[in-house]
Amino acid sequence: MSSETQDLNAVRARRRLPRINPIWFVLAALIVAIIVYNPNFVQPVGYMNFLKRAAPLAILAAGQIYVIVSGGFDLSVGSTITLTVIGSSMLLNNNPDATWWVILLMYAMGLAIGLTNGLVVSILKVPSLIATLGMMITLSGLALMWSGGAPRGYLPESFRYFGRANITDLPLINILPISLIVLAVVVCLLWWLMHRTNYGRLVHAVGDNPRAAVLAGVPLMRVRVSAFVISSLTAVTAGILLGGFAGVSTDVGRGFELQAITAAVLGGAQLLGGRGSVSATIAGALTLTAIFTLLNFVGLPQPVREVVQGLILISAVAYAMYRRRHAVH
Amino acid sequence: MSDAMLATRRSRIRFETIAPAVILLGAVAIYIGVVIASGQARYLSLENLVGVFNRSIALAITAIGQTFVILVASIDLSVAALISASAVLASVVMGGEPAMIVPAIAAVLVLGAIVGLANGLVVTKLEVNPLIATLGMALIIQGCLSAFVSNFAGSVPKDFQFFAYGIAFGLPVSLIFIGLLALLSWFVLRFTRFGANIYSVGGNREAARFAGIKTARVVIAAHVISSLCAATAGLYLASRLGSGAPWIGRDGMYDLESIAVVVIGGTVLAGGRGGIWGTIAGVLIFALIDSLFNIVGVDAFAKQVLRGVIIIAAVGFYAVRSQRMAA
Amino acid sequence: MSAVPPENPQGPPVLEMHDVSKSFPGVKALDRVSFHCRRGEVRALVGENGAGKSTLIKILSGVYQADEGTILLGAKEVHFAHPVESLAAGISVIYQEFSLLPDRTVADNIFLGREPVRRGMLDRARMWRETQESLSLFGADHGIDPGSVISELGVAQQQMVEIAKAVSLEARVVVMDEPTAALDENECEVLFGIIERLKARGTAVIYITHRMREVDRLADAVTVLKDGRVAAEFDHVPEASLIINAMVGRELRDFYPPAAGAEEIGEAILTVRGGGNDKLFSIDLELKAGEIAGFAGIQGAGRTALGRALFGIEPFTRGAMILEGKEVRFQSPRDAIRAGLTLVPGDRKAEGLLLMQSVTDNGMVSARAFARLLAGHGGSGRLSAQRMEELFGQMEVRAADYRQEIQFLSGGNQQKVVVARWLSLAPKVLIFIEPTRGVDVNAKAGIYNLMRELARGGAAIMMISSDLPEVLGVSDRILVMREGRIVAEHRRGVGEATVMADATGHTEAAA
Repeated sequence: MSSETQDLNAVRARRRLPRINPIWFVLAALIVAIIVYNPNFVQPVGYMNFLKRAAPLAILAAGQIYVIVSGGFDLSVGSTITLTVIGSSMLLNNNPDATWWVILLMYAMGLAIGLTNGLVVSILKVPSLIATLGMMITLSGLALMWSGGAPRGYLPESFRYFGRANITDLPLINILPISLIVLAVVVCLLWWLMHRTNYGRLVHAVGDNPRAAVLAGVPLMRVRVSAFVISSLTAVTAGILLGGFAGVSTDVGRGFELQAITAAVLGGAQLLGGRGSVSATIAGALTLTAIFTLLNFVGLPQPVREVVQGLILISAVAYAMYRRRHAVH
Repeated sequence: MSDAMLATRRSRIRFETIAPAVILLGAVAIYIGVVIASGQARYLSLENLVGVFNRSIALAITAIGQTFVILVASIDLSVAALISASAVLASVVMGGEPAMIVPAIAAVLVLGAIVGLANGLVVTKLEVNPLIATLGMALIIQGCLSAFVSNFAGSVPKDFQFFAYGIAFGLPVSLIFIGLLALLSWFVLRFTRFGANIYSVGGNREAARFAGIKTARVVIAAHVISSLCAATAGLYLASRLGSGAPWIGRDGMYDLESIAVVVIGGTVLAGGRGGIWGTIAGVLIFALIDSLFNIVGVDAFAKQVLRGVIIIAAVGFYAVRSQRMAA
Repeated sequence: MSAVPPENPQGPPVLEMHDVSKSFPGVKALDRVSFHCRRGEVRALVGENGAGKSTLIKILSGVYQADEGTILLGAKEVHFAHPVESLAAGISVIYQEFSLLPDRTVADNIFLGREPVRRGMLDRARMWRETQESLSLFGADHGIDPGSVISELGVAQQQMVEIAKAVSLEARVVVMDEPTAALDENECEVLFGIIERLKARGTAVIYITHRMREVDRLADAVTVLKDGRVAAEFDHVPEASLIINAMVGRELRDFYPPAAGAEEIGEAILTVRGGGNDKLFSIDLELKAGEIAGFAGIQGAGRTALGRALFGIEPFTRGAMILEGKEVRFQSPRDAIRAGLTLVPGDRKAEGLLLMQSVTDNGMVSARAFARLLAGHGGSGRLSAQRMEELFGQMEVRAADYRQEIQFLSGGNQQKVVVARWLSLAPKVLIFIEPTRGVDVNAKAGIYNLMRELARGGAAIMMISSDLPEVLGVSDRILVMREGRIVAEHRRGVGEATVMADATGHTEAAA
């Protein structure tokens, strides 16, 4: 091979490499590490369980990325999850026949929460972080009020189906959790919406430069509010799945808001808007779940997860800032 | 020269400067109205009013520190976790021994200084968005804390409870402490070069940098002050509760509430404008609202819901107003 | 243009710059520029927008560093890595956008970053006293109190504070960047008096302007920059025509597209009757098909406010707007765009561009904003991405790849993309605010031609610009604004002096 073609190949390789988000390599490395610790992971039961556990966070993060790309944060998703689980258990009251309308009602509630977040941010001009923190407090207060502080009752099987059930006896993969189907549907939908439609480009535009977007005719408020609505609806979805395998408690959703933001940041999303990808965010969510799984194998206590997550969050943003400072223009 | 002295000073009163006073007056009026309407005049006694404010000491201490960070256009969301950690650290180190009071206080203040320094460095040197930096820090602190304790741990000696319950010159010690802390902060902001730098950096970081101010140092210092205040709030809570627990900061919602009272006190989230007395007015407003809830008998959970709503409404009210002022 | 040798040297220069060059990606902003200034001398630095004046000043003040060349201050070579260093060395720059902190007092601003301290406390008494002293340069009736908050002062007073700051810093060289842009005639006279006093103190003043009248009135020497080079240098003030020729270096007629013929100008598309809001008063206006209407006026005269009112950003609160015979009322840009108006904003970076999005996305954003939200982002037919890229090709947008982020394009190319954004919507009225700001000279002609072509296609063009030669050269009709009103209307061919007189409200200035 002549040196010229080698150079050309090098140039091509350099041009191609950045197209693959580095988070995928991180995820691959972590999965290898998991397999080393637990060879059973390569069995369908192993990785299917992993994906099942990751599904709520992945769905939540795929919604959060809409708010982040549009230039905000949504910290109310954790308590939306809690309210979904508590609300469902209170409304269902052990009556499996009510499952469908309760689920519908929960989505209506999610719609209302998202609309409120979006309108408070757009009309009252409250910074989204403060607005959604306020919403977080309000919603967890509501969850406590509703349940009287001590949740009672449990969720009937009909409701837990989505989070817990598997389709079994399939060829090749043997089992397929229902939650994975939900994940696949939600992710495909949100990926298409973000990366293949006019709406997705407008979400990017609004987060990149809201003033320029308005002057170009973009309906700023509609785009922003809808991003918050999408985030809240994914939180309800995540809540339904979590209700299936985590059970009823008043802190079922606690901490999920920061995990979702961490996943998005790991996926290379630009804080304060303009850049972000649904698929890379999913990779971020899987990476975070993989890290937690590894920490479990290593035998570190549960709270260490928080410490690690805090470090990841800060270093991922710091790394992004470093990259931007040293970007070759 | 004399003409210049005579030149009339066109002083337009700013919305942010008078609003806290107006809202405070409104809150007082509502408070009195409700108390009289519900026929519970005993809530108007001086003792009771002192008591109202006394319940907000920890918030006041935290909010004074938060004022500094917001003035430099940063923010600190790690205060709640730090308050819990400080309270636990204090009560564990003291372990009921009066002799350990001073080492415990020293340990807590060192912890505060380290956290503040870390926050400041991450924000200025790594250029991490302060919201994310301090949220991440909150996770780290809370995680470390939960790894060691899961319930009330240690205890503070009786002597140390003087901080929360003592009386001096006919006033609660904690109230005197707040008064002194506020005076000191006011003095620093108003009369020192560091104070001038805080306003300059918050007002226009570029202009401050061009004028030769070491902006990073100012931001770091503000974060250290905020964390030291939060650590002190932790000491106060340990003194008051007799022991520290890893959830007291989070349950007190000191992150959001300290930011809310600073904003209600007329300090602008974008930085560079505001001051300590507004923050104190903001704390008083929250204290009055809180005791109103008690008088009317709102249950704890509903109180939390109302607080969230009030905070959003208050910040929204200011945001909308200052936009119009700017237009 | 040959440099005239110095005739009456007044001692050695306090500031010398030798062969200074500076490049930005794609642009050579300064090409071996040499420049000097003496004690007690006012040196006018003139040139068109984009000639390199502000780059030169930013190098002098340490904001940028020169790629090549040396700077001598008092015969000693200096390197400024940071504005603080040039400030300490005695160079004060007063920019058009002041670097004052709006919420702080006059004294706080003058002592920003170097407040005197006594026994650990700010020595406010001394700050106050020394501020008074610095302000005394302006005579007795300046009306500025050291305790006034900056945002409560008028523009002229804010400028005085900037100058007082320079005096207080004992600056050897004071640079003023178009200081009269926002001043009325009386305020200008006050400023000129202050500059005379600075001269008398032995300060060297570098005075950037493109108003010949001010050069005549104030300057002792003139340096003309053009396209990043020194086009001429005079150690006296020559005939204005000599300076203008050096600045422009070509016949204006070649540079600007031809005017519209009478038959090309059609009916009024947009009419305003008695329009007003808190910045505008009794606006009566017709924008006609096929015509470029240019708006002149000093900063703050209400030209931009008018554009913004028409476009629904800060709408009219009084009066009526009639678009093609129907009364319309726009409450947002979206309403205006839907009705067929478009606006190319003046501050491209803040209001025009989506810096992190691709060139194509920037061009497509408006089409997408009005298309079905769930339709594919590639668009279809007239509004497809493919057509947009063809349009870029026709407009000669230069980019390595249209999928490249727009922040990496040059100013002129970025501006073309912002214009292209609107063309896909086939607008009836196009409002251009400062269309050639930050665009290099060669690209300017392209933008003028584009405006002319759009007018030929039957659109009404409104051009708002602070670059008076540009307004006069491109417009078919020139409207002059002052204090929120339209005060005069001229045909093409009107003189610069007449328009300036209308804009400032002082007819004697027309001389």
